[in-house]
Amino acid sequence: MTSVLVLEQALNGLQFGLMLFLLAAGLTLVFGVMDMINLAHGSLYMVGAFLGAWIVGLTGSFLLGIGGAFVGTALFGMALESSLLRPLYARDHLSQVLATFALILILNDGTRMVFGNDLPLSAPEALGGPVELVPGFSYPAYRLVIIGAGLAIAALLYVLVAKTRIGALVRAGASNREMATAMGVDIKRLFTFVFGIGAALCAVAGVLMGPLLAVQVGMGENILILAFVVIVVGGIGSIRGALVGALLVGFVDTFGRTIMQQLFREFLPAQVASAAGPAVASVAIYVFMAAVLAIRPQGLFPARG
Amino acid sequence: MPTFVRSLALSCTAAALTSALTLASAADKVKIGFVSTLSGPSAALGVDIRDAFLLAVKMNGGKLGGLPAEVLVSDDQFKPDVAKQLFEKDIKRDKVDFMTGVVFSNIMLAALPEALDANTFYLSPNAAPSSMAGKDCNPLFFAVAWPNDAYHEAAGQFATQRGMKSVYLLAPNYQAGKDSLSGFKRTFKGTVVGENYTKLGQLDYAAELAEIRAAKPQVLYVFLPGGMGINFIKQFVGAGLGKDMTLLLPGFSADQDVIGPVGASMSGLFNTAHWSPDFTNAANQKFVAEFRKEYNRTPTLYASQGYDTAQLINAAVRDVKGKLEDHEAVRKALKAAKFDSVRGPFRFNTNQYPIQNYYVRTVGSDGHGGLVNKSFNEPILKDHGDAYVQDCKMKP
Repeated sequence: MTSVLVLEQALNGLQFGLMLFLLAAGLTLVFGVMDMINLAHGSLYMVGAFLGAWIVGLTGSFLLGIGGAFVGTALFGMALESSLLRPLYARDHLSQVLATFALILILNDGTRMVFGNDLPLSAPEALGGPVELVPGFSYPAYRLVIIGAGLAIAALLYVLVAKTRIGALVRAGASNREMATAMGVDIKRLFTFVFGIGAALCAVAGVLMGPLLAVQVGMGENILILAFVVIVVGGIGSIRGALVGALLVGFVDTFGRTIMQQLFREFLPAQVASAAGPAVASVAIYVFMAAVLAIRPQGLFPARG
Repeated sequence: MPTFVRSLALSCTAAALTSALTLASAADKVKIGFVSTLSGPSAALGVDIRDAFLLAVKMNGGKLGGLPAEVLVSDDQFKPDVAKQLFEKDIKRDKVDFMTGVVFSNIMLAALPEALDANTFYLSPNAAPSSMAGKDCNPLFFAVAWPNDAYHEAAGQFATQRGMKSVYLLAPNYQAGKDSLSGFKRTFKGTVVGENYTKLGQLDYAAELAEIRAAKPQVLYVFLPGGMGINFIKQFVGAGLGKDMTLLLPGFSADQDVIGPVGASMSGLFNTAHWSPDFTNAANQKFVAEFRKEYNRTPTLYASQGYDTAQLINAAVRDVKGKLEDHEAVRKALKAAKFDSVRGPFRFNTNQYPIQNYYVRTVGSDGHGGLVNKSFNEPILKDHGDAYVQDCKMKP
């Protein structure tokens, strides 16, 4: 492996990990603060991406698309929380899983009715090409922008959660909900707020990933599974855990996809290696999760000690 | 969670099946079950096959071989289990005479037994895996388009002819992906510096592109149908790899459905195919003109294949004079393929896979600000069959 390859893969892992973080941050807060399993979290990612692609199509401005998706999806998420999801908090996890699974199906078909099966979304023209980072090595400009945006949002979120009053309330809610309520926290408003933030972060991830993947119905379901892996690895309810977990999953996936194959090629005949490599690479993340669970069942940075 | 989806889908289908009470089978019309991928990022393929198929029926006055044609169109959603259920519905409930439509080999192979076990013809407008050409060949299965390996054999031949020394190969990890790369290696005389199989349906190729950059091949050959190819080419351009290596593609990865979303950076790319919109035979000129008029876009390879499939049914039903219950006669008529294909001359081999010419095409200006494929005059492979026919033990 050359150093250029390692550098490029590290950037790829960082980019993927940061996008996973945007999804996992919301999911882990909802799970941690409200003790609510929200399978429809991936659907908010889809709704955000569609909203963004639609606005970009109307206005031609990518920034407006992200802004519009952020606000629109946050409002949509808050409306959803206060109408449909609130009655579910008192129920057990199985009811929540069933209800939010139904929500996935409804939102998929709803989106199909409103926007169609897919919407085109391309990166802004100026970011379509590569940027030369060090002589002889260029990296796609758009992916650099994603990394920048992801880091900025992670920093903002850290400030919000660690340094502000509302952040203190969120942390209190995540580590001990009953006690927080007893201390006079308006838990209803807090929940709606947390849900809105989670939805908005999903939307940003959806719009940013749109040009690299595809804005289509059902796009949230595959990535939702990865987001769950992230919060299980990182520890439920912890933003820091979500960040570390997301980056680990991003790196394991990116390096797994190439290193596994090279590794197998060293030991095995080419025919076997090209069959075994992808098979192992696709389960690498889950093997990693199983390993974390075996050593630290509560995750790397659990919110509740 | 996928288990939830499956069990829910299953129970819905069960409900639909039990409520189906009508069992109409009429000899006064020809019924065709058309199952294809019509939603998701790879939908453009199925949509083009469908549109061209229906166009052929429409141009025939709603008839195929003199009988009124009824085409039952349904969407497999890119899911093998859904396709299997739709096949079952079309065959058992609607009693279709022919099944067709599926784009992807893995989906077709999952659903195909439903047709073969029920003694129903399957005319494949696209997927033609190596297994069905060789040991699993079946009298009820016709590959109308091209064997899975063929474009790749043509591409390997072209790279060899151009004196290229090293290649990196990339394909999804499924049957057609493996067929394709072994096809390329069969005719390529240089060295393979890297070979990678990705997850089917993968849309982000950052990790693979990094490895390709490090491997420094002269040619990069990728087999990525549908949305996968569109994303890959966009990301290949974004990563700036175009100046370091030649990207060589199978025809369907450089067709109209890819040119549209990728745009100007497609210009000048080489690709291989058995058909091109600029073919000058009369059947093709009529097809391309009618397709453009009806749908206001240039047809893709997939469209040409859907059109040919309808023409094949038309010819067979015509030649047996509508007697669809005589299976042996229908099969003979299908095998004779007495129609003017838009690809020019072709015939079925003993394994019911085509023998035909393959061409190199380049993407160039269409003279109206857009891009379109233009074919080289001389075929790169002439009267080319497949490498598996000797394993097929089918009676002629």
